[in-house]
Amino acid sequence: MLNLIKIKGQKKEDAANANGKPAAKKQSPGELRLHKDIAELNLPKSTRISFPNGKDDLMNFEVTIRPDEGYYVGGKFVFTFQVPPAYPHEPPKVKCKTKVYHPNIDLEGNVCLNILREDWKPVLNVNTIVYGLNLLFSQPNDEDPLNHEAAAVLRDNPEKFERNVQRAMAGGYVGETHFPRLFRR
Amino acid sequence: MASPDEEPPAPTEPDRWKDLDMILSRPGNLVDANFDPNPGLRDMLGSLVEVLVVGAGGLGCELLKDLALSGFKNLHVIDMDTIDVSNLNRQFLFRVQDVGKSKAEVAAKRVMERVSGVSIVPHFCRIEDKEIDFYSQFQIIVLGLDSIEARSYINSVACGFLEYDTDDKPIPETVKPMVDGGTEGFKGHARVIIPGKTPCFECNIWLFPPQVKFPLCTLAETPRTAAHCIEYAHLIKWNEVHPGKTFDADDAEHMQWIYSEALKRAELFGISGVTYSFTQGVVKNIIPAIASTNAIVSAACALEALKLISGCSKTVSNYLTYNGLDGTHINVSEFVRDKDCLVCGPGTLIELDTSSTLSEFIKMLEEHPKLLMSRASVTHEGNNLYMQSPEVLEQMTRPNLIVPMSELLHGAPRATVHVTGMAENNGRKVSSLRKLRVAFKGVDEASKMDTTV
Ligand SMILES: [Zn+2]
Repeated sequence: MLNLIKIKGQKKEDAANANGKPAAKKQSPGELRLHKDIAELNLPKSTRISFPNGKDDLMNFEVTIRPDEGYYVGGKFVFTFQVPPAYPHEPPKVKCKTKVYHPNIDLEGNVCLNILREDWKPVLNVNTIVYGLNLLFSQPNDEDPLNHEAAAVLRDNPEKFERNVQRAMAGGYVGETHFPRLFRR
Repeated sequence: MASPDEEPPAPTEPDRWKDLDMILSRPGNLVDANFDPNPGLRDMLGSLVEVLVVGAGGLGCELLKDLALSGFKNLHVIDMDTIDVSNLNRQFLFRVQDVGKSKAEVAAKRVMERVSGVSIVPHFCRIEDKEIDFYSQFQIIVLGLDSIEARSYINSVACGFLEYDTDDKPIPETVKPMVDGGTEGFKGHARVIIPGKTPCFECNIWLFPPQVKFPLCTLAETPRTAAHCIEYAHLIKWNEVHPGKTFDADDAEHMQWIYSEALKRAELFGISGVTYSFTQGVVKNIIPAIASTNAIVSAACALEALKLISGCSKTVSNYLTYNGLDGTHINVSEFVRDKDCLVCGPGTLIELDTSSTLSEFIKMLEEHPKLLMSRASVTHEGNNLYMQSPEVLEQMTRPNLIVPMSELLHGAPRATVHVTGMAENNGRKVSSLRKLRVAFKGVDEASKMDTTV
C-alpha cells in the first residue's frame, strides 16, 4: 500500500529518471476484443468485409452481402459498422448503405435486427451480426416492420412482394419510391 | 437569494484540522504496517501528494470539497462539461451566473476561495485529450464519473503504468491507485482499485447490466410509452428529416426539435408523459441524481483516498455499495481479480532475440508451454502487426512477417503486445485473447547502462 514516506522517496526518483519517453496510448479493451472478433471471422460465402480506413482502424468497416437464396438473389447490399469504444458492452451501430425495399430495413438504412439493440449481449460478436444480416435477406419477416408498406405486402401478397423486390433491385419505382439498380449485369 | 458574500465565515485554522490531526497522530490496530503517526503527516499530505479528480459534476463538486477539507492541498480536476441550469440544485459550487461556464474552472475557483492554502488546477477538456504522461504525476486518481466508457478509459490509463517483475509481482512504484465513486438515484458505490492487487474496473465489467434498448420496429410501429416516442424522434425521424446531419444532444435547438416531434407522435398514439426534461433524460440517458447520495458516496471516497495515501487505516476491501432507497443499507463486498485481465493482469513474459522476426515470434507462441497458441494474430498499441483473417487484412499485414519484432516495436526494450488465436485450455483448443510482455534479450541491460553513464 502507498504511504507518505514511500511517496517522498518516489518523488526524488521520478525527478532523477525523467528521461522523457512519452507513454504510449493503450489499446482499449473494446479494441482488443474487436481485434479478436475480426481475426476469428468466419464469413459465409455471400459476405465480404472491407476496411476503408486501412488495417489499423478495425472500429469502422463495411460488410457487403450478395444473398444466395431468397427474394434478394442478385442484389448487393453494403452495411456500415461503427463499433463504439464500449464494445462489447454496447453493440456496433449498423446501417444499410444501399437503399433497399425490405420490411425490416427502412429507407434511411435503419435495420431492425433484435441482436443489434434489445437482445445484444457482450458474448455475441461481429460474426453473429453478419449471420443475422444474412438471415434478413433469406427470411425477411413481416412481424418486425420498419418499412410498413413492404411488410404489409409481404404478409398479404408474397407474389406481389417478390415482384416489388425485383422491380426495386432492377432500379425502378415501388409506389412513390425510386430504388437504385443493383444488378451487375 | 443568497449571494456568496452572505455565506457563514469559514472556520479558522487550526480548528479546521483538529479532527484530521487526531486521525493522523494516533496509532491503532487497523493502521497500515508503515503508518508512522505524527502531526507532521498533514503537512506531508499537503506538500507531497497530488490528487486528480475526474469529473466536476454532482459527485466531483462533493469530492473536491471533501478532499480539500481532508488535508489534500494539491488537486487537479478535469471535466469537459459546462454548467447547465439544471445542475444547480445539487452541484452546490455553482451559481446562476455560472451557467455556461466550465464546471472544472468554476468548481476549482469556489473551493480555493473557501479553503485557504488549497491549490486546484482545472482542466476544461476531455480526458482523452490529455497525454498519458499527464496522468503519471498523480499519486492517486479519484473518479466522480457517470459513464462506463470514461471509467474504462481512466482505468486503462492508470493500469497502463503498472509493471510486473520477472516473477509476475507488481512493482510497487508503478502502482497508481484509484478510488471510484458512482451514484444512481438513491444508490451508490465507492470502490478502491489498486492495480495489481485489487480487481480493476475491467476485471468486473460484466457486472454492469446492459443498457435498455428498445427494438427499432417497436419505435416505428407500435409505440406504447413516452420513451418510445422520444426514441422514435431521436433515432428514426431525425435522420429522415435531416439526412447527413449529426444529432448533437448538447444543442438546445436539436433537443427542442426532438421534443416537439416526440410530442406530435405521442398525441397521434394517445400517449402521455412526453415533457422537455424527460426528452433530455431519455436522449442523454440521464439518471436522476440525488444530492444526499452524492454527498455520502463522496465522503466514502475521500476517506478511502486519505486512508490509501496516509496509511491511517485499512481501506475497504474493495467495493462498498450504498442503498438509501428503503432505509439505509451499506455493504462491502470483496471482488476478485480476473487473473487473465487484459488491462491489469501480468500477461505472459516472452523473451525474444532482437533478430527474431514476426513469423518466428508467431511460431514461438505455438511451442510456448504457457500458451500453446496456434494461428496467432498480433496487435501492438493500435497497430495490427499481423491478422490471420479476413483475407483483406492478412494481405495488408503479410509484409510484416519477415520484419524483426524489435523493429515493429520501434526498438523499445520491452513492450506489451496482444495476441488472438487458438490456445490450449484443459486439453481443448479454444479461441483466446492474451496479453504478452515482450522483452528483448540483452537490450534492457544495455539501455540501463546508458542512463547511468
Ligand atoms: Zn483487471
